[in-house]
Amino acid sequence: MPSFVQYLIRTLFPHDVLRPTELGADVMILATGVIIVYYLTKQKKWLYLWNEWLTTVDHKKIAVMYLIAAVAMLFRGGVDALMLRTNLALPTTPVISDLEYNQVFTTHGTIMIFFMAMPFIFALFNAVVPLMIGARDVAFPRLNAMSFWLFAFGALLLNISFVIGGSPDAGWTAYPPYTGLLFNPGPGENYYFLSLLIAGIGTTMTGVNFLVTTLRMRAPGMTLMKMPMFIWATMATSALILFAFPPLTVALAMSLFDRLFGSSFFTLAHGGLPMMYVNLFWLFGHPEVYIVVLPPFGIFSEVVATFSRKALFGYSVMVVSIISIMFLAYGTWVHHFFTMGAGPAVNAFFGLSTMLIAIPTGVKIFNWIFTMWGGRIRLTTAMLYQLAFIPTFVIGGATGILLATVPADYQLHNTYFLIAHFHNVLIGGTLFGLLSGMYYWWPKMFGHKLNERQGQWAFWLYFIGFWVTFGPQYLLGLKGMTRRIYTYPLGFGWHELNVISTVGAFIMGAGFVVMVYNVVWSLKYGEKDLTGDPWDGRTLEWALPSPVPEYNFARIPVVTARDAWWDMKQKGQTLANSLRPEDMRTIELPKNTPVPFLLGLAFFVVGFGMTFQWWVIVAFGAAGVVASLVYSAFDYDEHKHVGAEVIRRTEAALGRLQG
Amino acid sequence: MMPKRRRGWPYRYVVPLAMVVGLLVSGCGQQYVLLHPAGPVAQSELHLLIVASLAMLVVIVPVFVLLAITVIRFRDKPGNKAPYWPNWHGNKKLEIIWWIIPVVLLTVIAVPTVGQTFALSKLPKAKDPVIIDVTSLTWKWLFQYPGQHVATVNYAVIPAGEPVLFELTADSPMNTFWVPQLGGMEYTMPNEVLPLWLEAYKPGVYWGHSGNFSGEGFEKMFFNVKSVTPEAFQQWVKKVHQTAKPMTMTNYHNLLAFNTVGVQTYSNYPSDTFPAEANGFTLNGEGMYMIMHDQHGITYMPMSDMSNH
Repeated sequence: MPSFVQYLIRTLFPHDVLRPTELGADVMILATGVIIVYYLTKQKKWLYLWNEWLTTVDHKKIAVMYLIAAVAMLFRGGVDALMLRTNLALPTTPVISDLEYNQVFTTHGTIMIFFMAMPFIFALFNAVVPLMIGARDVAFPRLNAMSFWLFAFGALLLNISFVIGGSPDAGWTAYPPYTGLLFNPGPGENYYFLSLLIAGIGTTMTGVNFLVTTLRMRAPGMTLMKMPMFIWATMATSALILFAFPPLTVALAMSLFDRLFGSSFFTLAHGGLPMMYVNLFWLFGHPEVYIVVLPPFGIFSEVVATFSRKALFGYSVMVVSIISIMFLAYGTWVHHFFTMGAGPAVNAFFGLSTMLIAIPTGVKIFNWIFTMWGGRIRLTTAMLYQLAFIPTFVIGGATGILLATVPADYQLHNTYFLIAHFHNVLIGGTLFGLLSGMYYWWPKMFGHKLNERQGQWAFWLYFIGFWVTFGPQYLLGLKGMTRRIYTYPLGFGWHELNVISTVGAFIMGAGFVVMVYNVVWSLKYGEKDLTGDPWDGRTLEWALPSPVPEYNFARIPVVTARDAWWDMKQKGQTLANSLRPEDMRTIELPKNTPVPFLLGLAFFVVGFGMTFQWWVIVAFGAAGVVASLVYSAFDYDEHKHVGAEVIRRTEAALGRLQG
Repeated sequence: MMPKRRRGWPYRYVVPLAMVVGLLVSGCGQQYVLLHPAGPVAQSELHLLIVASLAMLVVIVPVFVLLAITVIRFRDKPGNKAPYWPNWHGNKKLEIIWWIIPVVLLTVIAVPTVGQTFALSKLPKAKDPVIIDVTSLTWKWLFQYPGQHVATVNYAVIPAGEPVLFELTADSPMNTFWVPQLGGMEYTMPNEVLPLWLEAYKPGVYWGHSGNFSGEGFEKMFFNVKSVTPEAFQQWVKKVHQTAKPMTMTNYHNLLAFNTVGVQTYSNYPSDTFPAEANGFTLNGEGMYMIMHDQHGITYMPMSDMSNH
């Protein structure tokens, strides 16, 4: 790179020193961008992109965008993980320096939680929830699009940090005072706080949206106790989001104030109290754990019933346990820092409250197993993830109980035992659940199945890779290895186990490659789903054709039983055979709007400007935010109509109309 | 060939078995520091870990067996003779049983957990225990002995066979003070002082490390705790007073620099390098001591006497 460019960058981006690895990433990102722009221009796809995707408010398309983002972020977070693991396998010749290692473990955690797990969950919420409850869309379609674009631009802001100015390096938990200017002068932590603040607005709005959707938009006859379990999970998750994200927002904003405006909430100087941040962070952070694990619980409840061809065992108990987990989730946050000296009474209380959560969770495990008992189990990819989930999550839960045993936690806190535990529940629970859901609902989203053989290869690589990676980490914890060290002395006997763990990580990486191959192959050659019900499903989304028409249901169904679609099939009814041409009515749908995209862009400008404290740019961005909101408020033309004739033709073409 | 191979079958299990046994045996290797406690605190923490693990095994093993049986028995294959009950969706008795199972198991864990949590928060009654004020710095450890008026960097010396009270603070980002073989960790935080007591059964050298990320040189924050006989401890203090220089404010400011250093020893230290008042809310419990700094110097006062003060 010519020296004047470097000079320019250094002048523009203070505190930054460009490193060779960053240059490589810069070039790659630039090249990818050029290729995409070239492709879009050559194929004349710009207008298509704008009309069909960037301005859409259709929940099914938003779901696809969430899914693409989540898989891309899974790739990024996974590459981060492989870099970390490679370093730890080579303690005497580290591949990346400590500075880079610190950035990479921070982005790994941040991306996997906030920009992989969350959008993956929202992808499945968006894809399935309105269909499952017999609705045309979510309660607030425009808000839904705003949520997506705020998330997407938040993710973009975090991701460009690696190439412009340096990534955050204080861990995904960002404990002060290390995040203060005294120890962390670069722009990295600003990126962290701002990207999470922006994405957090989107997440909170998603919580509102799906809480209202599940409470108010259900088809006639679908009472609360007739809702599919995934809808219960959606409702509980949304409620958790609603009350968990405010403390995070407060903690992040206060930290940002410490950095940008010289306040001393958590700083070393002037008597700041870092433990206050830790309380606020985990007041969000523990409910967050359940925000990412309740949806998989819901997914598994659907998958296990479908692939066992049997009703879910103990439905009402499952509801009780989801709701009690939801409430208990708010009462356990101190178990993340028993070792911060809150005193024996507080620690004992939170140790016990943590153990309490194991009761409803354990009950769910038994209920899933007994759903299979007396059924007919089909070992599809989606079901394999379920079968892998149960033992993996049981072990993860058991080690969680060991960590909740307060005196034992004094020894295990911040060791690799802890690392193994939370990957055990986050991969074994969340990731396996989300992948199960992806394989299960893929035909509904895209109109074709994912190839089963390839899918099962990917599954076995993930599953075996997981245990090879994290089994040894439990032992490393018992050997006293603590987290977030980029290298270690050889005398402690940590090396061999770390090598095994790294091998496992690469096996998981191979699993990801096979999965991507599976998706790409299936896009072209995958078995088309012509029936709309490829798995002999039980819930309403399988009553619709795949992919689902824009308006979802030509006529909103009336629900009379818990597994509504299964019940209809038992009685020999389908949505189609009761659909007469003269019943078709004009349907009102939300209209495309550029506001959400522009709002996200404006927030991005604010975030980027604030990161480098360029207040003029911040002012421009803020003006954009206000302008978008004002324009949106006075935009009364927010509906479009799909005529009865169009619906008649569409349904007839799908062969779903009488006569 | 074939019969021979057949006869060879049972031995096929020898290799995996040997691996499992090897793993278990190596689990008892000295490097598994958590499994080799060298003091009462680590000992009781390990004890709880084992109790909890066994209780968890009581639920893990049956669940795994049940899952395996279920999947094998009810697989969807032609000619499967297992019963098929598509509408069996609940059984009150069974469900009550598995509400009870976790409750019982968790009670088994919860009772000793609460007991030990309270027990370990109290410094055992001891005559004039050694107190060590620990400050984590970027990226080093400072140990100050208010009773002995000595200070060390990156190593500590303690008397064996009696409880030692560590008072933890930070003039740096947060770290945790952890000596695995002596007992669990506790955070060092700026503007707060947290107590942690540890004891070594016997003389020996035990390594410690920070468990909370604090920046670039964090992975080098290893230190050794040398446990010596009480007499040897007194001699060590005497020797330090004779041979080492006192720490000056300049020395302290040099320690605040963002770097790593080797071990250092000082025969005294400036009194205002450690917070004057301990944060009282964590020092609850009989037998705990409150540190009073006044014109008479430092005195240690049991919490029970506080009301008379």
